[in-house]
Amino acid sequence: MAKRIDVSGLTAYYGSHKAIEDISMTVEPRSVTAFIGPSGCGKSTFLRTLNRMHEVTSGGRVEGKVLLDDEDLYGTGIDPVSVRREVGMVFQRPNPFPTMSIFDNVAAGLRLNGNYKKSELADIVERSLKGANLWNEVKDRLNKPGSGLSGGQQQRLCIARAIAVEPNVLLMDEPCSALDPISTLAIEDLIGELKERFTIVIVTHNMQQAARVSDRTAFFNLAAVGQPGKLIEIDDTERIFSNPSVQATEDYISGRFG
Amino acid sequence: MSTATVTPKGPSTLRGARLPKWSPYAIAGGSIAVAIGIGLAGGLHSRVQWGLIAAILYVVGTYAIASAVEGKRQAKDRIATSFVWVAFLLAVVPLASLIWSTVVRGVKVLDVYFLTHSMGVVADTEPGGGIYHAILGTLEQVGLATVIAAPIGVLTAIYLVEYGRGNLSRAITFFVDVMTGIPSIVAGLFILSLMLMFDMEPFGFAGSLALAILMMPVVVRSTEEMLKLVPNELREASLALGVPKWRTILKVVLPTSIGGITTGIMLSIARITGETAPVLLLVWGNAFINANPFEGAQASLPLYIYQQYANSAGSGAAYDRAWAASLTLIAFVMLLNLVARGIARWKAPKTGR
Repeated sequence: MAKRIDVSGLTAYYGSHKAIEDISMTVEPRSVTAFIGPSGCGKSTFLRTLNRMHEVTSGGRVEGKVLLDDEDLYGTGIDPVSVRREVGMVFQRPNPFPTMSIFDNVAAGLRLNGNYKKSELADIVERSLKGANLWNEVKDRLNKPGSGLSGGQQQRLCIARAIAVEPNVLLMDEPCSALDPISTLAIEDLIGELKERFTIVIVTHNMQQAARVSDRTAFFNLAAVGQPGKLIEIDDTERIFSNPSVQATEDYISGRFG
Repeated sequence: MSTATVTPKGPSTLRGARLPKWSPYAIAGGSIAVAIGIGLAGGLHSRVQWGLIAAILYVVGTYAIASAVEGKRQAKDRIATSFVWVAFLLAVVPLASLIWSTVVRGVKVLDVYFLTHSMGVVADTEPGGGIYHAILGTLEQVGLATVIAAPIGVLTAIYLVEYGRGNLSRAITFFVDVMTGIPSIVAGLFILSLMLMFDMEPFGFAGSLALAILMMPVVVRSTEEMLKLVPNELREASLALGVPKWRTILKVVLPTSIGGITTGIMLSIARITGETAPVLLLVWGNAFINANPFEGAQASLPLYIYQQYANSAGSGAAYDRAWAASLTLIAFVMLLNLVARGIARWKAPKTGR
């Protein structure tokens, strides 16, 4: 299920603007890796390069290598659609499909890909909703529209939708930034459970959150506005938050940044 | 002109003098009364002039009274409100009077017989006859035009919004804009020139082709706007699930915007239903029922109205038929609009809990 990600020398552009430069890191399977750093330092851009969503933005292009186990996601002949089935994604703002019911939202990935058995669908939906800790709240209204749920429930619905296609890696782009503390806690607990099965990468602006949920933390920074973002360091979360090896990391974490 | 009395308020700085709630109506009533007075005294015969005088008096009066009582800022607010109301009435009055006179004159001969019979054995100057052949022609021509224009228009819009990059899409957008501005007679002449090249007689489908030319850019424009309203997050959510782009468009983008797209298509159908010029050139008109749009001249509602009027030779019966046909046409277009609204509401993304 879970796979290792090996990034080497990755540089991403928006048109002629270089957003991130020369990033190399390893993301261990069955672990949570958190990306922290100031706004605009390229955390989200880097995250989106990991499932080839970066190139969906107009002008987006990537140089370098991203190995998923031993396969280069940017190698020749790689189909981005298949990559995204292996590497799922949860976005900052909950975005359930407004025309679909709760059930259809979770089933969307399977249905739209067309590779499922009808008899299995209900099981998969139930399993995914249980996996996202949402089952008990929605089991009586599976055919109601997903947009009728609260923000936190919608976000868990999106997580259920993402894990329903059984990806190997789950990318989360500030999944809690639009949520209240209780929903945030629910999602953080969920991340703790999901890492048993998936490799999880999470971008967050909340350093306590990074400290709570992640095993390893990567700090990104940029020299100045308009300069490309860079990976400053990546280490065990405990070390990053207690005794980071780079001064900039310590400044950022202790709030003395800039 | 009426004046409003205001009781002086206490020394609160937050509570200024306010005109009472009924003051706009009082000012409106007063301006109308004064306008009628001016009209009678000045011997102005046109009621339109009376109305315009009342409108000017209302706007000026509102400003004067409000600035005297409430102060400059509130007066500006009220003058803006009164402008909006005056503009609204100026727009609605002609519309209402048009519908009113069409209904009044149209119902005279509008009955089941009229809707189910043609003009086959009735001279244009005689009473009797009906518009069955014209309704049939309009439905067939507009239906065929829609079958051609709607898919091409929607697909073009999908290309422009979802795939189009660079010069090709810019060129298409430019030509769609140009096409929007094509006068209907020019579209008719274009098809007519083709018809003459191949030495063909007028037939209904030729009219459909010209109508399709007129309809296409409208469909492209409205569909484009609707597709742009679909949040990018939904596309990304679908792509991130490993759904191919074409399936994302088909299963996520289109269902989300289908209500708006249908409305746009319906409205563009309503627009071409009233076109006369290309039909006059290409379909010619026919007093007999011709159900085959691919051979022989056909009738159509707008063309029927025009020909009844032109061939009437002063006969009241022909005028009555023209009005009744106009009423039918307006009713048809209104029905399309209602259906479009119904579909938009039915297909709108649901938010209920």
